[in-house]
Formats: sequence, C-alpha cells, structure tokens
Amino acid sequence: MLEISQLKASVDGKQILRGIDLSVKAGEVHAIMGPNGSGKSTLSQVLAGRESYTVDGGTVTWQGQDLLQMPIEERARSGIFLAFQYPVEIPGVSNAYFLKAAVNGVRRHRGLPELDAMDFLAKVKGEMKAVGMKEEFLYRSVNEGFSGGEKKRNEVLQMSLLEPKLAILDETDSGLDIDALRIVADGINRLRSPERAMIVITHYQRLLEYIVPDFVHVLAEGRIVRSGGRELALDLEERGYGWIERAPAKGAAPAAESAR
Amino acid sequence: MSSATTQIDSFLDREYAAGFVTEIETDTIPKGLSEETIHLISERKGEPAFMLEWRLRAYRRWLTMRNPEWAKVSYPPVDFQDIVYYAAPKKKADGPKSLDEVDPELLRTFEKLGVPLHERARLAGVAVDAVFDSVSVATTFQKQLAEQGIIFCSFSEAVKNHPEIVQQYLGSVVPPSDNFYAALNSAVFSDGSFVFIPKGVRCPMELSTYFRINARDSGQFERTLIIAEEGATVSYLEGCTAPMRDENQLHAAVVELVALEGASIKYSTVQNWYPGDENGVGGIYNFVTKRGDCRGARSRIAWTQVETGSAITWKYPSVLLRGDDSVGEFYSVALSNHRQQADTGTKMIHMGRNTRSTIISKGISAGHGSNTFRGLVRMSPKAEGARNYTQCDSLLIGDKCAAHTFPTIETRNPTARVEHEATASRIAEDQLFYAMQRGLSAEDAVSMIVNGFCKEVFKELPMEFAVEAQNLIGVSLEGSVG
Repeated sequence: MLEISQLKASVDGKQILRGIDLSVKAGEVHAIMGPNGSGKSTLSQVLAGRESYTVDGGTVTWQGQDLLQMPIEERARSGIFLAFQYPVEIPGVSNAYFLKAAVNGVRRHRGLPELDAMDFLAKVKGEMKAVGMKEEFLYRSVNEGFSGGEKKRNEVLQMSLLEPKLAILDETDSGLDIDALRIVADGINRLRSPERAMIVITHYQRLLEYIVPDFVHVLAEGRIVRSGGRELALDLEERGYGWIERAPAKGAAPAAESAR
Repeated sequence: MSSATTQIDSFLDREYAAGFVTEIETDTIPKGLSEETIHLISERKGEPAFMLEWRLRAYRRWLTMRNPEWAKVSYPPVDFQDIVYYAAPKKKADGPKSLDEVDPELLRTFEKLGVPLHERARLAGVAVDAVFDSVSVATTFQKQLAEQGIIFCSFSEAVKNHPEIVQQYLGSVVPPSDNFYAALNSAVFSDGSFVFIPKGVRCPMELSTYFRINARDSGQFERTLIIAEEGATVSYLEGCTAPMRDENQLHAAVVELVALEGASIKYSTVQNWYPGDENGVGGIYNFVTKRGDCRGARSRIAWTQVETGSAITWKYPSVLLRGDDSVGEFYSVALSNHRQQADTGTKMIHMGRNTRSTIISKGISAGHGSNTFRGLVRMSPKAEGARNYTQCDSLLIGDKCAAHTFPTIETRNPTARVEHEATASRIAEDQLFYAMQRGLSAEDAVSMIVNGFCKEVFKELPMEFAVEAQNLIGVSLEGSVG
C-alpha cells in the first residue's frame, strides 16, 4: 500500500530525514517512536505534502502511484489522512461547514454521490456521539477555543467521517489526560479494519497500551534505527531512548523483520 | 507554499463577469459641465423650478470648492469637462408605462446581471428599481407597496409626484456644501431611488436598487433618499456593476437616510463596479457620500457594505445619532486586489443621550491592493452615557498589498464609553495546509478562510444578498449546513 524507500527531506536547508525505509500494508498498524527532533513529525508532514519541507531524495509509492508528485488535496482525497499534532483554528468557519466540504470533496473523488445536509447531519451526529463530542461543536468555528482534548477528538471525528485508507496520527496523545486519551484511543480502535492502515507517531509508550501496534519502529536522527513488534515499545519504556542511541542497530530494518 | 500561492493568484485573477456592454441607442448630452449643462439635465427630466434652483445653487457652491486630497488614494486629476453628465437609453415618446413597454434589450441586460425585472419571475419579497446610466428604467411592485402608503419610485418620479416630501428632506442630511463630490452630485444628479415609509408601517418586502453604468465616458451621479417616519421599518439593498472599459469612469452618489422616532432603516450594499484590470487600467472611481440621520429617539440605522469593485473607493457611510437612545451600526467588508485602492470607513456622531454605535470593519488586501479603514467616533458634550464599539480587522493575501487603519476618537463627555480593537493577519499557510489535507482545493480553502473572516459582516446581510456577497468573494455558501 505504502512503500517508502530511502526518503530524505530537509527544512530550511537542515537535513531532517536521512533515508527512511518503511513498508506499510493494508490492515497494519505501525507505531513510530523516537526522541524529540528525530524526524517523526517531519515524516508525517512530508507524507501529507507540506510544501515547507523539501524532499531531497528517495521515493514514496502509494497504491502504485508516485506520492511525492501528488498535490496535497489529491493525497487527501486518495485516502491519506493526517491527524495533526496541533490542529489549526479557522475563525468564522463552522465545523459543520468544514466537515461537509471535506467529506463531499472526498466522496466526489471516489465517485460517490455528495451527501445533502440532512444525510450529512445524521452521519456526523452519530460519529460525534462515538467520540464523545457534544453537538454544539458542529456550530462552533473549526477548533477555535477548543481545549487540547476537544481538538484531538475533532481530529478523530474528521478521520472517522473521511474513512481514510491510511491514517497518520501525529502525537495524537500529546497533551491529553488519561480519560481523554482513552476516549481518543477508543475512537481510533473503532476505525481499525483490514482495509485500513495506520501510522501512529508517539513519543511515549503509553498510547500503545490502548492502540496496540503490529510493528514498532524507532526513529533516531532521521533514520529508522530499530524495528520490532509491540515489545520493542516496552523495552524503550524501560530503558529509554538513550539505549538505542548508544547502541545503534543495523540502519534500516524492513518492517517485517523483527528486531529479536 | 509555492503551488498554493500560484493557485491563490489564479483564483484572484478571475475575470470580471459583469463587464459586458449593452448595445443600445442612447440619448446623451454633450460632454462638459456649465450652468447650461444643468439647465439641460433639468429640462430633460421635466423638473419643477425649485429643483433647478437647488441644482444651480449647488453648482455655484461647487465652483468654489476643491477636490479633496486627504484620502489615502492616488489617481490622476479628474477632468470634469471630459464627462458626459446625462446618458439615457432612448425611449419612445413619454417613457414606458409598464414593464411590457421597456426595451427588451434593457430587460435582458438586467436579467444577465441576475436582476430579472419581471415581477412573476422574481423571488417573492424583493421590489427592484433598476437604474441604467442616468435614468431609472423600471420599478417593480409599486402598486402593492402603495396600498400600504409606501412610496418606492425613481428619484425623478418623486420630484414630479411628491415634490413636497422631496423639498422637505432633500439635502437635509447631506447638504450640497458638505463636500466637493456632494456638491457636484447635487448639481448634476440624474436619477436614483426614493423611498418613503409612512408612520407605523413595516415594509413587507426588501426594497432594492440596481445601478448599472453602460455608456462610454459618462459619469453616474445618483441620488437616493430614504425616509422612515415614526415607528416605520425598511430594509433596502443596493447593487452595482459596470462594463470593462479602459478609461476610468466617475460614480459620485449621495445617499441620505432619515429615521424619525422609533424608525429603523437597514441599508445594504454589494458594490461590484468594474475594478480595472490587473495593471490598474480602467475601472470606476467611486466617490460616494452616504449618511443617515437618526433624527428621532430610539431610531436605528444600520449600514452593511460589501465592497469588491471600483478602481478607487472613497466612502464613509455615517450615522448622526441625534435622537436619544438611537443606534447606529456599520458592517463592512472591503476587498482590494490588483491595483485597487479602497479608503473606506464610517463616522458615528453621537449627539443624543444613551446613543449606541457598533463598527465592524473587515479589510482584505491582495495583489497590489491597498485597503484603508478611516473612522471617526465623536461623543458630543450632550451624549450622556453614549457607547461605541469598534472592531477593525485586516487580512493580507500575498506580500505586495497594504492595509492601513486611521481611527479617530473624539470624546467630549466623560460618561461616554469607546472601545476600539484592531487586528491584522496574513492568510496562514497552516490554515491552507490543514484545509487541503482534508481534501479541499487551494481555491476552496482560500474562499473558506476569507469567508470565515468576513462572517460577522455577511450575517448582517439579507439572505439573498449574503449569497451574492459570498459568491463575489468566491465562496460557496457557508452556513448551508446548520
């Protein structure tokens, strides 16, 4: 589904990704962990197409297409969803309007009929209940004045409405208390399916107690330095990132190979 | 944000849709301005003597005045002898008695502009006065409105049929001596709309005037007068367009509103005059004086304007708050793109006790556009307990445009309260990226963000105009859900 090969990227002339290899198949959940500054967020932004990052080398193949050549909105419509670490506020634009525009944009692309106001409201209200959001959030401006937890729930709501093929969750756990974390994780788990892949980016092992990954990769200094199963995350929790950084293993382990 | 920027640029470069010319035989007087010109205009319109006298007095006053230069706009001097002051579509004999007698070419023109004049075809609830160059070509729903004592007609008709009301109110809010362009307008104004809502009547439909400049080298000098008697209520809309021409054309209008005790007037404008091309060639000079007079206690006047057109806009719809507890409001969106210059704002003159005013101004600058907000809030010594709230926001798209704010506050009463907030922001790359990551095109994302920025003003517009305004700013309908 997604093949990343020797991906290198920089921002403002500073090299951040130094050759990432990663293969993601439908139905898989990959966790990407790593210390601050290792390139986790850069990877997610580059995959989503943010223009302030420069790709310096490597390839990304997405459903047989060259992802790096696709414009931002085409990537989104073809099923790539990025849950933002810091969701953006858009004053004056109601959440309902924003969500409907997004959903219908994606539906048009998939050859599905657009939802009218009634159908859309019925659908969105159902999904909001599932992520524990009150209906009033539909009529408030996008993310404006939302608390950290409300913003993250809003991201999960968008994800469930847009039904992506690949969801990239960028530090979705950051800034959440334990109750909010559980609700957000439940929302994400509901969306796990054999057709849908997920890349879960996180600094802490904590989130992975709720969203159990199939694979764990450790990113350090712009490279994947170790890959393994769920237990790799537990090791990290116990021994810290210093353990990996002090004893870097083989450069880039293909996802399927376990580190143990 | 290179590619997003390119897409925004192409979006901002869309053609001016109302730029066509109607081929129609026109009755014009020769170029130039003199007492003779004024006699000629007055004669063409078959005006009573008082009107001619009034015009001539204004003209003599104008001769002593100078073109104002304090606005933050620059343009070559206007040659007032190089303008045609009267242009009217030729008509048979005495003018059309009903819509069926109006030249079909004119009806087609207005239809093309989205203003069908056939009453059957119109959405229920809006009466229209259509002004083409110097004359009103048709006014709809007059009969139905007359049943309630409402007068809605062209200014020329009002001068003929209701001279006593015209004489009483004309120039009582904006006297000819008010400013250079008001004096010019008073001397040569050709047509416009006249509205009179008698005591206690709530006007049952929106009243609307659509102004169209068509003839080459002509200026449009229209005059609008709206009077709401005690307890009366009216909502009035104004729209305007012009063909694309390489020369600049002058539009110098005067609008006067009078609200007596407990009356309410809501005046909305969607101004879409031809703005000139991307190099600043052509376009309308829009030099307008609009003022409302809250003459009675508890009266209310609200201006809402969406200014997207004109090469130069120079206008400050204002409210004189004379009556105690009267309310003045000003909501404005002004967009200037390419080489457009807009210097717009408002004046709230508080004279009565406990008077209140609200100013919400949203300026959007793109391309090489320059957008200036100029405001005056004056609390007179008698304005006991008066309050004003001003919010002034600017949005910049790209890095070659400019936004300026010149607020003036004068308070001569210690109990008066004035609040002023101002912000300036750039359309944020992270907002664009966020919206596009959700599948919106760059174009839709920009319109959505701009529309969100303007929302506080758009929500003040009557429904039908809100749609037009949003389309003008390039937006699909916000708020269609929920």
